[in-house]
Amino acid sequence: MSNGEQGNEQKNEGQNKEKKDAAPPPEPAPVAESCAIEITEMKAETPGEPAPVEPLANAEELELVRAAYEHPLAIRITHWVNAVSLFVMVTSGLRIFRAFPSFGPKIPEKDLLDIPKALTLGGWLGGALQWHFTFMWFFVASGLVYVAYQVISGHYRTMLFTPHDIPGVWPMARHYFFLGPKPPATGQYNALQKLAYTSTIGLGMLSLLTGIVLYKPAQFSWLAFLFGGFHLTRGWHFAAMCGFLAFIPGHLIMVLLHGWSNFFSMLSGWKRNPEYQE
Amino acid sequence: MITRLEDKDLKRQSRRQLLKLAPVAVLGVFAIPKVNDRLVAAGVRFSDWASDVMFRSQHPAPTFSNAEVAPFAEFPYNGYDVLDPEVDLEKWTLKVEGDVQHPGEYKLAQIQALPKINQNTRHICVEGWDVIGSFGGTRISDLLKLVGANTGARFLEVECADDYYESIDMASALHPQSLLCYEMYGQPLDRGHGAPLRLQMPTKLGYKQAKYLDTIRVTSVLKPDKTGYWEDQGYSWFGGL
Repeated sequence: MSNGEQGNEQKNEGQNKEKKDAAPPPEPAPVAESCAIEITEMKAETPGEPAPVEPLANAEELELVRAAYEHPLAIRITHWVNAVSLFVMVTSGLRIFRAFPSFGPKIPEKDLLDIPKALTLGGWLGGALQWHFTFMWFFVASGLVYVAYQVISGHYRTMLFTPHDIPGVWPMARHYFFLGPKPPATGQYNALQKLAYTSTIGLGMLSLLTGIVLYKPAQFSWLAFLFGGFHLTRGWHFAAMCGFLAFIPGHLIMVLLHGWSNFFSMLSGWKRNPEYQE
Repeated sequence: MITRLEDKDLKRQSRRQLLKLAPVAVLGVFAIPKVNDRLVAAGVRFSDWASDVMFRSQHPAPTFSNAEVAPFAEFPYNGYDVLDPEVDLEKWTLKVEGDVQHPGEYKLAQIQALPKINQNTRHICVEGWDVIGSFGGTRISDLLKLVGANTGARFLEVECADDYYESIDMASALHPQSLLCYEMYGQPLDRGHGAPLRLQMPTKLGYKQAKYLDTIRVTSVLKPDKTGYWEDQGYSWFGGL
């Protein structure tokens, strides 16, 4: 596992440096000698092999682990609440769509696709609407708290896609499709990750705004103009879901490929041996 | 930001942070089959409460020009049971009951004598389709005035010739676009669309627009299991747009 080896190397380098900073090496020769003798006496269980001072110090240092607190509690909570609510919103939404699987007029009705019942939640239109109208609050609350926390804490800098990230997208995409070497990790997220995560915020906003228009078209009639009127808004709402459906499989595959430590970091906040340096 | 710490400290920190996430597991109650139907029903009641708070009694729903109105043939006939409950249009009267000064039976002519409103508004079905139609009728608020209704009461209940039933909040009933509709597309309401009288409220979903009206009751108390035909099966009671 190249990742682990790399991590150990970095760890040794870093720790040596840190150790020097933290505890200055013993200077006076006599004291150092006496210390060494004490230690060798204690540790000398195999006779004829006196443990030298240097390796012992290193062994102590090997206990230190490089780690990063990547995901603050607010991000972890909103991530999981959002994950659950997005699952409910999509599956119940598909059930709602089944009631009128078209974007045109009712007369004549042209059905577009037949969503399998197994992919849906709620059992019937009324049940699906209950799930949708309950979890919309969790979905919106988690989204708003997430964005507010990112902005106020400044943590958004780790994930927000900026023009600066554009050159990094293509090399990363090539790598993911086995067409190129892995670009070096420079931060918590690579350019493609930033693009994906930032896009989901856009999709969430689109879901929210189109959802408001669909739910309260009379109270928020002015908002419908953004989407070309009430009738087209339902199409945009569906498109936002398609965006999420494009994101989710990629996201889950990457989580699977990157292993337990990476997945666990979204539960505990801490990532062991991150790829990046600082 | 990378830090370096002992393995046991990292494990301890990770465990502590993991525990802090535990409250999210509460969402797991939604996975319990016998509990979740009550929870999502409560979720809809909360949404209805929010909808009621959000409702602006004077804010008009969008209206449309004649050119934007869908052809009459493209306005769907929708019914839960039969499209023609065989109302005797000659003998029909609207029964008015409850918290009103002048209860009794009102003829269609008495209702048509009230100020007439014509409006082109969007009819939105809970299923997801919508159609712009042309409607004519009298304001519910004008009838309530005529019968001396206590508009401080909370609800309006209606019963229909096809045994459909509905109830709406008083604020929505008093909205200036909320009609007792007896005309569509300039013609008397036909049997399929609810002759002789139906509700037409562009601030409510289609299932609230009861057809073949028979009885209107002003009340502040709804029977818990009889608030509306579809609502009793799980649709949002407020059904507001």
